[in-house]
Amino acid sequence: MNPELLAALTVFVLAILCGFAVISKVPATLHTPLMSGANSIHGIVLVGSMFIAASATDTLSQFLSLVAVAFSTMNVVGGYVVTDRMLQMFRKKPVAPKAADEKAA
Amino acid sequence: MNILEAIVRLIWLVGAAGFVLGLMRMNSPATARNGNLVSAGGMALAIAAMLVLLAVDKGLSTTAWIIILIGIALGGGLGLYMARNVKMTAMPQLVSLFNAVGGGAAALIAIDDFLRLSGQAGASIPLQTSVPTVLDIVIGSITFSGSLIASGKLMGLKITPSRPVMIPGGQLVTGALALIVAVAAIYLWLGNASVPVMFVILAMALIFGVTMTLPIGGADMPVVISLLNSFTGTAVAMAGFVLDNTVLIIAGALVGASGAILTKLMADAMNRSVINIMVGGFGGGEGTVGAMSGSGGSVREIGVDDAAIQLAYAQSVIVVPGYGLAVAQAQHAVRELAELLESRGVDVKYAIHPVAGRMPGHMNVLLAEANVPYPQLREMEEINPEFDRCDVALVIGANDVTNPAARHPGSPVSGMPILDVDHARSIIVMKRSMGRGYAGIDNELYVNPKTGMLFADAKAGLAELISAVKAL
Repeated sequence: MNPELLAALTVFVLAILCGFAVISKVPATLHTPLMSGANSIHGIVLVGSMFIAASATDTLSQFLSLVAVAFSTMNVVGGYVVTDRMLQMFRKKPVAPKAADEKAA
Repeated sequence: MNILEAIVRLIWLVGAAGFVLGLMRMNSPATARNGNLVSAGGMALAIAAMLVLLAVDKGLSTTAWIIILIGIALGGGLGLYMARNVKMTAMPQLVSLFNAVGGGAAALIAIDDFLRLSGQAGASIPLQTSVPTVLDIVIGSITFSGSLIASGKLMGLKITPSRPVMIPGGQLVTGALALIVAVAAIYLWLGNASVPVMFVILAMALIFGVTMTLPIGGADMPVVISLLNSFTGTAVAMAGFVLDNTVLIIAGALVGASGAILTKLMADAMNRSVINIMVGGFGGGEGTVGAMSGSGGSVREIGVDDAAIQLAYAQSVIVVPGYGLAVAQAQHAVRELAELLESRGVDVKYAIHPVAGRMPGHMNVLLAEANVPYPQLREMEEINPEFDRCDVALVIGANDVTNPAARHPGSPVSGMPILDVDHARSIIVMKRSMGRGYAGIDNELYVNPKTGMLFADAKAGLAELISAVKAL
């Protein structure tokens, strides 16, 4: 096993434990936004998609990477926007219904 | 590593820290929105850094620029449009769809990498690459097809009905698919860079995702989506190993862990194991459902005016919203009723069961959208002692989560944590019919002498209640 792989595995395991530690404290009220927020985080795969797009030379590769970039951008943009839409509705005090309706629309 | 790459890698580290800090700030409703922005900021930094690295260091070709820009425009535009326009009740299927494309992208990265490596002369892919590549293809493809099916089931599409679809010889098919994938994977790991075998794995994993999700009922979809979300995280981490990219590994592992915890929390709240849910079918064996203890108890029906008087002259009312409320889109009506009661000096709270709605915590989102202040939304452990002091519990479209049968053994819901609605002095259950809940059993609450049944659709019934209270 080379040092790079060992380092990568270490990071992998510690990140899993970090995920457990951070997430088990979240109250049930926020589980849906959390699921959606976590869903947007794995949109980081866009970094990988751009990488394969950069090294694509044949048509098949170019096509695959185009689909990958489009898919992952959809994941990132849609995920964050929809999570924000959910979270902006959590308010301590009610606001005038009209303003809320406009925002929701 | 040149200076630029070092800087980019450091920025990725900042991005990864942003994800962790963002998730941490999601601990409380007050900081959650900010947390999501921190996470989005980390994401924007990481992506921008990658673009700079590719443009400056790798000398991005014109074609590559076009691919990346068109891809971002297409995916970003589509994602933005859908995220902006989705109704809050349709949230679960959209999250599932975004999950599907994320998993798909992760699988595509591994496929592309495999094709590139196997295309080289005398190709032999080392184990440390072939293991994550194959895992990425398998997990990513299962997530892609599985999430699409889950999303379709929640939308109620014809080809993917929300009821469980039994595949003839289902378990056998699933087992066979898993076996083929395992054998093919081992073949590749032995150093054979065979493209056809890779495509066999891809096809089998895609079919596996379909056969895994189809037999699961619509009501179990939240657990499945959560599990598939965890899968995508894992697939992305594997893509990180394939490309030797730490930020993918960190983000993927974070999501993998979070999805796993959420899945378990949800399954626990339904008192079922994740495996039990994945095998599918609840209450499939009708014969095992025991007769309701004390059956033959009669149901007391009450009218709207009677219910209105009880609510209006109560000191404290706890509203128990359930799936029926979400289906009837009655969130705004319930908030209106609550505000009306509050203006009469009634103390109103909402009791939210962890699995109310279609996703863990979904009910909170729906009520928040209806402008209910979140301090009024109480979680199960917090609100249960308060039922003892509460005058009226108003149950709207919730069933199994209020069934006292869960407290004694011998019932399919035995052991499931429930809301202690029967401890309230008086109970009003608003429901369309005496139909059974998801567990397919009778609810002992309905024959409780303290319970009055108000048979109505949640939205129409609440509207009538509101005008009846106003008329008092």
